Amino acid sequence: MDDALSSEAAMVNDRPGRLREFWFYFRENRGAMIGLAIFAVFTFLALFGPWVAPHDATAQFRDATLQPPVWQDGGTWTHILGTDPLGRDMLSRLIVGARFSFFVGVFVVCIAATGGIIIGLIAGFSPKWLDSIIMRIMDIVLAFPSLLLALVLVAILGPSLTNAMIAIAIVLQPHYVRLTRASVMSERQKDYVTSARVAGAGTMRLMFVTVLPNCLAPIIVQAALSFSTAILDAAALGFLGMGAQPPTPEWGTMLAEAREFILRAWWVVTFPGIAILVTVLAINLMGDGLRDALDPKLKRS
Amino acid sequence: MTEPVMTATALERHYDVSGGFLRKARTLKAVAGLDFELYPGKTLAVVGESGCGKSTLARMVTMIEEPTAGHLILDGQEMTPDTWASRRDAVQIVFQDPYGSLNPRQRIGTILEEPLKINRKEMSKADRQKKARDMLALVGLRPEHYDRYPHMFSGGQRQRIAIARALMLDPKVLVLDEPVSALDLSIQSSVLNLLVDLQERLQLAYLFISHDLSVVRHVADELIVMYLGRAVEKGSRDAVFNAPYHPYAKALLSATPKAVPGGEKDRIKLKGELPSPLSIPDGCPFAPRCWKAQDKCRAERPMLPDQPHAAACFFPENGGEPA
Repeated sequence: MDDALSSEAAMVNDRPGRLREFWFYFRENRGAMIGLAIFAVFTFLALFGPWVAPHDATAQFRDATLQPPVWQDGGTWTHILGTDPLGRDMLSRLIVGARFSFFVGVFVVCIAATGGIIIGLIAGFSPKWLDSIIMRIMDIVLAFPSLLLALVLVAILGPSLTNAMIAIAIVLQPHYVRLTRASVMSERQKDYVTSARVAGAGTMRLMFVTVLPNCLAPIIVQAALSFSTAILDAAALGFLGMGAQPPTPEWGTMLAEAREFILRAWWVVTFPGIAILVTVLAINLMGDGLRDALDPKLKRS
Repeated sequence: MTEPVMTATALERHYDVSGGFLRKARTLKAVAGLDFELYPGKTLAVVGESGCGKSTLARMVTMIEEPTAGHLILDGQEMTPDTWASRRDAVQIVFQDPYGSLNPRQRIGTILEEPLKINRKEMSKADRQKKARDMLALVGLRPEHYDRYPHMFSGGQRQRIAIARALMLDPKVLVLDEPVSALDLSIQSSVLNLLVDLQERLQLAYLFISHDLSVVRHVADELIVMYLGRAVEKGSRDAVFNAPYHPYAKALLSATPKAVPGGEKDRIKLKGELPSPLSIPDGCPFAPRCWKAQDKCRAERPMLPDQPHAAACFFPENGGEPA
């Protein structure tokens, strides 16, 4: 009666390492690979931007203000993407600016996800009254328009990039709490959780070893999405003058500074905008691939 | 006769059900007084229709829920929540649905070793792995399966894995909560044979919960028929199957499909619905659906006599002794 069991067992004998296996499935998703490539460039620039950039990001070339990109009349190879109203090199500023956006993304996602997952797990495992209190607080935070709440927080804390990041993290946190709690609630009903309890697993073990790994897929997608939301929100706060302060070459702040030249010099707003767009898109593509590769149920057996 | 490994006396479990807005909370008696004994190497089958408290019983025996009243004695010692942690290894459970009972994120090896990691902290990693691989062989799987994920297995194979996990701690009592009802017929028999085989080899006491009487007939030694949280009939398998005393047991047995086409059809059709467990009638709980019910049945509750084969009925069938 065990013949059926053994025939397919012979196929795979030794399993590849966990990382190699993940890579195998991730590689099959073309969109995710493109996203990963762009994200790698983005990460490289974030780490080594100041050494890669052709000019100093804050140096002002007074004789070359608002110079168009190289392929337009009047453009030069010295400033490939042109210069801004103060004569600063656009390309250098974009490259150096990657660092701030990257930092914002990583910081915000780490804070919001860690906090959100822990609070969500507690809410999912706690008695009903504590769960209600936690979820009502999260509802209150969600009821505010997120950018407005971030603005208020920044206004209280004072305008700077760090405070903007803290504000964005607080605003994004309830999404993680809800997502985690919802998955925890549905997973907790399942028999494998009961059997872990019968085996003697304590609450901590149930939370982090048994249940949490099964809730991670939506959280990872949310993390990838909010990485880009964080970059967008930071740019928006920068645009409103509440985020990074000039002369920091942050992409949103660059947009804000160039606002009055939109009609005269398209390149001063277009390039920071494209930088934000491409980065956000790449991260979202990567997030989708990450989800597919991390979910064992979607793998071929 | 050998000593029982587990004894339950007057076991009860109540739930408080909130009646909704502006209504009084009510008590649902999921299990209302149950006595049984489990012997090593023997199978006690509990049968009954949905909602009669079978699964609640399983949750109490496996120490997930505390009985509201009554005693549950394991190896001569009463099980209380304080001592649960140290006694987990004596009672394990196999669930009905093999698709939900294995953690989809863990490899089979991790699933099998988890009970050891928690309860046998002094055991070395190599010993744990060896034991897990031995257990896979014992339940008829291959050592290569150690590194697989649950989704790579069929239902029958998963149920074998679930059985292997339950046996990792060398339990004395194994609760089988409808272990084969989610499997198709050909797999059912192979899993049942495995269970019977393991019982002989390891001298396990089984608490076999089922609604499938043909399966029960195959595995049970003793039988309890439950109706609305109470035992209405108990006895050895042969006694109950050959001559059921309680009208409910008789009706239940008559509903078993027979393999003889065109054979005589003496199926008893019960009238009415199962009463809500929130408002169990005062007298015999089965009286509203019983064809023999008389005034006495509606007024007074029959008790289960203390005999090897007994039914809680005033007017039993097949010459049984009245309660």
